[in-house]
Amino acid sequence: MKAMANGSTLKRAMKFKMLYIMLIPGIAYLLINNYVPMLGMIIAFKDINFAKGILGSDWVGFKNFEYLFKTADAYIITRNTILYNLVFIVVNLVVAVALAILLNEMKNRFFSRFYQSVVLLPYLISSVIIGYLVFSLLSAETGLMNKTILPWLGIDPVMWYSEPGFWPYILTFVKIWSTAGYLCIIYFAAVVGIDQEYYEAATLDGANKFQQILKITIPLITPVIVIMTLMQIGRIFYSDFGLFYQVTLDSGVLLPTTNVIDTYVYRSLLRNGDIGMSSAAGLYQSVVGFIIILASNYAVKKINPDNSLF
Amino acid sequence: MRANRLEQTVIHIIFFLFACICLIPFAVLISASLTSESAIIQNGYSIWPSVFSAESYRFLLKEPMMILNAYGISIFVTVLGTAVSLIMMTLLAYPISRKDLPFRNVIAFIIFFTMLFNGGLVPTYLMYTNVFEIKNTLTAYLVPGLLVSAFFVILIRTFFTMNIPSEVIESAKIDGAGEFRIFYGIVLPLSKPVLGAVGIFQIINYWNDWFNGLIYITDNKLHSIQVMLNTILLNSQYLMTNVQAADNMVEAGDIPSHGLKMAIAVIGVIPILITYPFFQKYFAKGLTVGAVKG
Repeated sequence: MKAMANGSTLKRAMKFKMLYIMLIPGIAYLLINNYVPMLGMIIAFKDINFAKGILGSDWVGFKNFEYLFKTADAYIITRNTILYNLVFIVVNLVVAVALAILLNEMKNRFFSRFYQSVVLLPYLISSVIIGYLVFSLLSAETGLMNKTILPWLGIDPVMWYSEPGFWPYILTFVKIWSTAGYLCIIYFAAVVGIDQEYYEAATLDGANKFQQILKITIPLITPVIVIMTLMQIGRIFYSDFGLFYQVTLDSGVLLPTTNVIDTYVYRSLLRNGDIGMSSAAGLYQSVVGFIIILASNYAVKKINPDNSLF
Repeated sequence: MRANRLEQTVIHIIFFLFACICLIPFAVLISASLTSESAIIQNGYSIWPSVFSAESYRFLLKEPMMILNAYGISIFVTVLGTAVSLIMMTLLAYPISRKDLPFRNVIAFIIFFTMLFNGGLVPTYLMYTNVFEIKNTLTAYLVPGLLVSAFFVILIRTFFTMNIPSEVIESAKIDGAGEFRIFYGIVLPLSKPVLGAVGIFQIINYWNDWFNGLIYITDNKLHSIQVMLNTILLNSQYLMTNVQAADNMVEAGDIPSHGLKMAIAVIGVIPILITYPFFQKYFAKGLTVGAVKG
């Protein structure tokens, strides 16, 4: 025993050889899939010339960023990304928490189960299928809106896929449609977990339902709300690519209100083959996104260390 | 008591409306796949078929190769991807769950950091296409991004630390069991719930993924069902040319393209509906929330 305590960490590590071997495939994958691209971000500072290779290409300093931030796009994609995410976070939070509290009040067990199943369904559908669902409603010639609903209301057909003005509302609706149910179930689990004694005591003290929700339910599920919201704020510089690319049918006319950083990087890389521009936008996203994650986590840690993510 | 009944009624109405909003788009999709082509052109899509017809599905049965290939690729990728990814993630999660492992915090940080920061699309794309040359191979569906997720690794690790007492491992060691024997014989059988949950998530992730196909696959023959659906929706000519490539006897005018699109989409959703009850079972246990912290 004495000898073991004196042994160096390295000697101790040798005893766990098998455990280290188990780690190899996963760590190797992360090094390739995640860490090599991090190093690869240097291409944002280069003028990539495939004849010279990625490492051999000339350094151009911040030229790519100068070009990027001179375009009007840089402002539009940043604004769209952040505003959409802010709206999604707030509306989702209000809808999901409200539904979760109502679901908890529902006395009928059967219907409660049934609704739990139904609201979760949209979350599991790929954004390609969501694109089909939206298309079946908004298609100019055959959509339910133009062919059935608008004629009922006596309104002229709308060319949905070429009117940028409608899309902030449509995309918000689609996002809430696809994620509010999922968040509702998460908050519902938290509401169910609250000790009934709190409510019994409050009822004895004469508190009504509304006061109980405001003073007991909401404060007690706040840790879950904070963690879920923090995770979303941490990703405020990233968008749901499928929502902005697939659901809009990749329509160029809609870009002023639907272009976000992710779709911009994709289009400039794979449509225009513009490595300089796309890598600059990508690096901008990664770095600012990273700072936002650290900052939001730090802020929460200051307020209540138990609620922070790390 | 009266107030309570009113309250319950209001709650039921709110959830009934919300459930309708969730389900109506699916109803329109299914109804569209079961409506005759001429009725769609005249009346548009509707919640209930205006003129019922199974012509879209009959057409698919007549020209099955069109979607069978894509469906086969999706099934292959989903099964293989989920299996390999579960093995790799479990092998990562177990060692870092062991409190006695030297350097475990360093290793855990290497994994966790990938959740906070990433190199972005451009370097990833250039690496996978130029160094590994995965363009137009099935590897492109399996490997990039999806194989190991730090989130799931930490989820599995947390399950191990919470549910497998270190005394069990200690006593197995005293009995002379090797590390791999302990992992295989004791840890794995105890972790079926978490592996089931992560497995269901990965099945859904692999089945639903279309982004890898969008950026790495240009060969029509290698389209998975999602990539095929994506191309049909964005390119109205694609369905026609694809059908005629499979069978050049088909006249463009005979293809019920409006309904056919929707029928293919319905078939693409079916596996999700099959896994849905399992997903719900695991999801309800709250394995996804809070479990990651710690």
